[in-house]
Amino acid sequence: MTNSIADIEKAEVILVAGSNTTENHPVLSSFVKRAVKFKGAKLIVVDPRQIKLTRHANMWLRPNLGSDVAWINGLMHVIIKEDLHDQSFIENRTTGFEELKAMVDKFSPDYVESITGIPAQQLIEAARLYGSAKAGSILYCMGITQHTTGTDNVKSLANLAMLCGNLGIEGGGVNPLRGQNNVQGACDMGGLPNVYTGYQKVTDEAARAKMEKAWGVSGLPDKPGLPVTHMVPKAYDGELKAMYIIGENPLVSDPDLNHAEKSFSRLEFLVVQDIFMTETAQQADVVLPSTCFAEKNGTFVNTERRVQRVRKALEPPGSAREDWRITAEISRRMGYPMRYENAREIFEEIAGLTPSYAGITYDRIEKVGIHWPCPTPDHPGTPVLHTQQFTHGKGVFHAIDYIPPAERVDTEYPLYLTTGRLLYQFHTGTMTRRSEGLNDRAPESFVEISAGDAEKNGLIDGQTVRIASRRGEIEARVKVSDQAVDGTVFIPFHFAEAAANRLTNAALDPVANIPEFKVCAVKIEQAA
Amino acid sequence: MTDQTITINDQTFSFEPGETILEVARRNDIDIPTLCYLKGATPTGSCRICVVEVKNARNLLPACSTPAEPGMVVYTESPKVVESRKMTIKLLLSSGNHNCAVRSGDPDNWTAYQLRVQDYDNSGDLCPAWGDCELQNLAFRYQVCGEPFPTAPPHYSMETVNPFIVRDFSRCILCGRCVQACNEIQVNNAISFGYRGAETKIVAAGDRPLRDSDCVFCGECVQACPVGALFEKNARYDWRPWEVKKTRTTCSYCGVGCQLELHVKNNEVVKITGAEDTPPNFGSLCVKGRFGFDFINSGDRLTTPLIKEDGKFRKASWNEALNLTVKWLSEIKETHGPDSIGVLSSARVTNEENYLAQKFTRAALKTNNVDHCARL
Repeated sequence: MTNSIADIEKAEVILVAGSNTTENHPVLSSFVKRAVKFKGAKLIVVDPRQIKLTRHANMWLRPNLGSDVAWINGLMHVIIKEDLHDQSFIENRTTGFEELKAMVDKFSPDYVESITGIPAQQLIEAARLYGSAKAGSILYCMGITQHTTGTDNVKSLANLAMLCGNLGIEGGGVNPLRGQNNVQGACDMGGLPNVYTGYQKVTDEAARAKMEKAWGVSGLPDKPGLPVTHMVPKAYDGELKAMYIIGENPLVSDPDLNHAEKSFSRLEFLVVQDIFMTETAQQADVVLPSTCFAEKNGTFVNTERRVQRVRKALEPPGSAREDWRITAEISRRMGYPMRYENAREIFEEIAGLTPSYAGITYDRIEKVGIHWPCPTPDHPGTPVLHTQQFTHGKGVFHAIDYIPPAERVDTEYPLYLTTGRLLYQFHTGTMTRRSEGLNDRAPESFVEISAGDAEKNGLIDGQTVRIASRRGEIEARVKVSDQAVDGTVFIPFHFAEAAANRLTNAALDPVANIPEFKVCAVKIEQAA
Repeated sequence: MTDQTITINDQTFSFEPGETILEVARRNDIDIPTLCYLKGATPTGSCRICVVEVKNARNLLPACSTPAEPGMVVYTESPKVVESRKMTIKLLLSSGNHNCAVRSGDPDNWTAYQLRVQDYDNSGDLCPAWGDCELQNLAFRYQVCGEPFPTAPPHYSMETVNPFIVRDFSRCILCGRCVQACNEIQVNNAISFGYRGAETKIVAAGDRPLRDSDCVFCGECVQACPVGALFEKNARYDWRPWEVKKTRTTCSYCGVGCQLELHVKNNEVVKITGAEDTPPNFGSLCVKGRFGFDFINSGDRLTTPLIKEDGKFRKASWNEALNLTVKWLSEIKETHGPDSIGVLSSARVTNEENYLAQKFTRAALKTNNVDHCARL
C-alpha cells in the first residue's frame, strides 16, 4: 500500500476494486465501513459479484470479467472531460499526460458500457464522485491483478490516482491488499527471480558485487531466474529437474492443476518443507517438518509495509525445525556454510544490505512495527509513500488500451467462472480446514450461481453438479445466491477435492507472469 | 479566550475542546472505572460506574460522556461517588449468575444459589470469567457483595449452538459494549438491544441464534464483554488467566498483520485475543485470527523427516533426509547446471527465512530460480 491502513479513515471517497474485503481482509474492511458510517466517506465498489461490502457502498459498479482497463479509462475520460483532474499535480509531478488523454478519449461512457456492461450514467456518477474528492483512496486486490492484463489494470489505477492528485497525500493512495501474512516480506527479501532484498536488481553489477562481498562468494548469476509460473512448464518440458519448496502448496493453488500435477511428477527430485502433509508434499521424495508461526521468532511485513515481530510462544511438535535452520543446514552440507545464532542476527544482516530496512532493528519494533522505507536509525518510517516525489522522479502516465481476457465464453462453455476465497477458509485450506469451527461454517466447495442462471440450466440449490472447462472438471454443490450475476459463476479455491484450479486458465500476464485465475469459460451439467 | 483547563482531584489539566472528563483523566493517569465505555465507540453513559462529582452540578455526572468545560472542578473518588458506585455494583452483581466469591452474601443460601447456577451452566466451576472480570474487579476494589439472596432465575437460556461463542445471558449486565463493538468498531451490524425493561436482551436478527444472523464470528463482542456473558466456546472453563502465558505476535493469515496475543497452556494455544491499543488492528481480529488456531496443535502436524521409497513415505532421521536432499541437489546441479533447480520460498514464513532461502538459492545453488506464491 502507498498509504497506511489507518489512513483509509481519512479518505473522502474510497474506491474498492476487485477486493472482497469483508471476507479476505475482514479487519481492514472495518476501517472502510467505519469511514462510511462515521466519517462521511463515500464508497464505490467495483466487483463482478454483489459482495457484502456493496451493502455499505454508495455505488456498486458491476463490470464484465476482465474489463477493468475499460472502466478505469472510462472514469478518466469523464474526469478529464469534466475538468475534475488535478492540473497542478499533473504538471509538477507527472509525465505522459497528453498520451493518456489521447488514449482515454475513445473511452466514452457509451463505449465503456458496451465493453464492461456498466451503465454509462453510473460510470459518469462514479467519475464525478472520485474526481471531486479532496482525498480518494483506491483499494484493490486479486480481482485486479489475476488477469492476463493484471499489470495494465494496476497501471490504470495508478493513472487514475495520479490524474486526481491522489498520491502522496493522507487519505489517498493506490493500495493493494496483500492476501498472505508475509507476501510483502517475501518480495522485500528477494524471494523473487529478478531481485535481491529491497528490490535491488540481480542484473545490476553493483548490487551483485555488494552481495558477493557480503556473502563471501563470487560469480553470482546475473540473469533473472524463472518465476513460479514458468518453473511449472519447464518442469513439464524436462528442463527443470529438481525443486525445493518451502511452505507452499502449488498443487492446489496453481492454475490448470491437471497440467501442474503432470509437471511436478516429471521432476527428478522434489523436497518439500512444510508443517502438514500437503497435496504438494505428497508428491515429494523428501519431506522436512518445519515450525509454524507460533513456534518461532522473526518478522513479517504487512500490506502497509509495516515490519512487525513474530514471537515464539510454544515448542514445535516432534523434531520439527524452524525453516531457516533447515535451509542453513542444507546450505552447510552443500559446502556453503551459514552461521546464525538466531533470527535477530539474520535480520541484522538484512538491514545491513537493504537501504529501505537500514534503520529497523528488533529493539525498535519491539512494541510497534515500522513502515519501510526506514533508511536510518532515527528515521520514523514512511506511512505514506511519494509525498515529495516518486521513486524514479516523475510519475509516468501509461496510455493503455483495453485487451479482452484470454478466454471467452462460447456455445460449448457458456458461463464465465471467477474464483476466490471465503471468510471461513484460507488459501489451500491446510490450516483452516483443520478447525472444526471453521469447517462447520464452510464445510465444502460450491458453485455460486444466480437464480436466473440456475433456472435456465435447470439447477436447484444444494444439488451436486459437474463443472467443466477446457482443462478439467470438478463436482460441487449448487449455491443459488444474490451475490452472483447472470452469466458468471464463482467457486472458492480452498477445497483440494473439488479444486477450482482444475478449471482455471494458466494464461499469464506478460509482465508480472500472474495467471488469469479470475476469468475462464465453463459449462455446468447435472452430475452423473 | 477562555482558559482550556479543568481541575481533577485538585490537580489542573488542560484539555482539547470536545474531550470528555474521562479522556482528560486517563490521559493524565487518573483512573476512573468504566464498564459500558468502549474506546473508539460513542459513549452511552448507561452503566453509571464512571460517575464523578462535579462542583456546582446537581447530580453526579458520567465521566465518559460529559465534555470537559473550562474551570470545571471534578472529584473522581469522593464519598458521594464511592457510595454511588457501590450501589451500582451491588445491583449489577445481583442481576444475574455472578457466582464468584464476591456474590456470597448469605452463607445459608450460597449452596442453593450455586446449584441453580450449575444447573443453568452445566458446570460446577465458578464463573468462566473469574479473574478476568471487570465487574468482579470493581466489587473487590469497592468491597461490595451482592444481595444476600438470589435473584429470580435468568430470563433467557444459554446459546451454545455455534462453534465459536457461548452467549450466557444469565451473566449479561446489558452494558452494551458488545453492541457497540459490533456496530461501531467492526460495523457488522449483527446485534442490538431487543425487548424492553426487565426483558431486555442482546439480540441478533430478531432474536435468532448468531449462526442464523449477519454475525461473522469476529469475536469483537467477546473481547469487549467485561463479564462472563460472552466467551470463546473452546476456552470456556479451560482457560483461567493465571494458567496461561501470553505472547504477543503477528497473525499468520492475511496481509493485514493483526497483532495478537497467544494464550498458551501446557504447550497448547487455548485462546487468542487481539492486542489492544496498537496498530494496525487496535484489538480487532477476524474469525480466522481469533478462532482458527486448531492447526497449531493438530495431530496432523509433521513431526519427523520422511523419505519416499517405492511410492510410500517412511520416517527418517534429519541426518538421513538432509544427506539425501543434498546428494540429489548436488548431483542435479553438477549434471544439468544450476538453472535446472528451482526454489519456492514462501509468503507464509518469516523475512529471515525468505532471506536465507534466496541467499541459499543464489550463493549456494548459483541460480536466480527463486520465487514464491505472490501471484497465486
